[in-house]
Amino acid sequence: MEILLFGITRELVGQNTLTVPPEENLQTVAQLREWLHAHFPAMQKLSSLAIAVDSEYADDAQEIKPNQEIALIPPVSGG
Amino acid sequence: MNTMLIKIVDHVDLQEAYQYLQDPSAGGIDLFVGTVRNYAQGKDVVKLVFEAYAPMALKEMEKLAQAAQQQWPITKLVMLHAVGEKLIGEPVVIIGVASAHRDAAFTACRFLIDELKKTVPIWKKEYYQDNSVWVNAHP
Repeated sequence: MEILLFGITRELVGQNTLTVPPEENLQTVAQLREWLHAHFPAMQKLSSLAIAVDSEYADDAQEIKPNQEIALIPPVSGG
Repeated sequence: MNTMLIKIVDHVDLQEAYQYLQDPSAGGIDLFVGTVRNYAQGKDVVKLVFEAYAPMALKEMEKLAQAAQQQWPITKLVMLHAVGEKLIGEPVVIIGVASAHRDAAFTACRFLIDELKKTVPIWKKEYYQDNSVWVNAHP
């Protein structure tokens, strides 16, 4: 599973995308969030961290599939 | 009829926005231009860098535009946001609303810029003399 990174999450990881190994078997947004917190503790310090699935905001219960476009959305600051 | 112009661009163009908004039935055109300010967090700002998750940002802006159109009688609207490096004074966002009367134009324009700042996946990094910060990232 490949995850698009933006803003501060891109800097925290040090890459534009993050690959989650398939054996992690992440099924939901909540599981992905837990995995991110374990591997990148600095993400827990952000004001918020939304996760988008196929370019829509997703809630924690939503299922994720490997062919979907997943992105991390740290606190936005446009305008 | 095409009634909304929504784009992520390298440079926002006020003339383009105004031309698009002109319409015989519009009695008022309201334009908001957001620009780079020279001071933030108690420090002098040198420049800003904006980045967007463009496909999602466009979708979110379209949702806001549709929400505005449902609430107010809007003839045409424009939402333009720039990405990349921006220096002090440069325009980075343009919101424009044309309506028969000014009340709807003012109110919808305010709604669109306020909501854009809350939900649209665009990020800005502020560069000061000695460091840089992703705005809003930390409490």
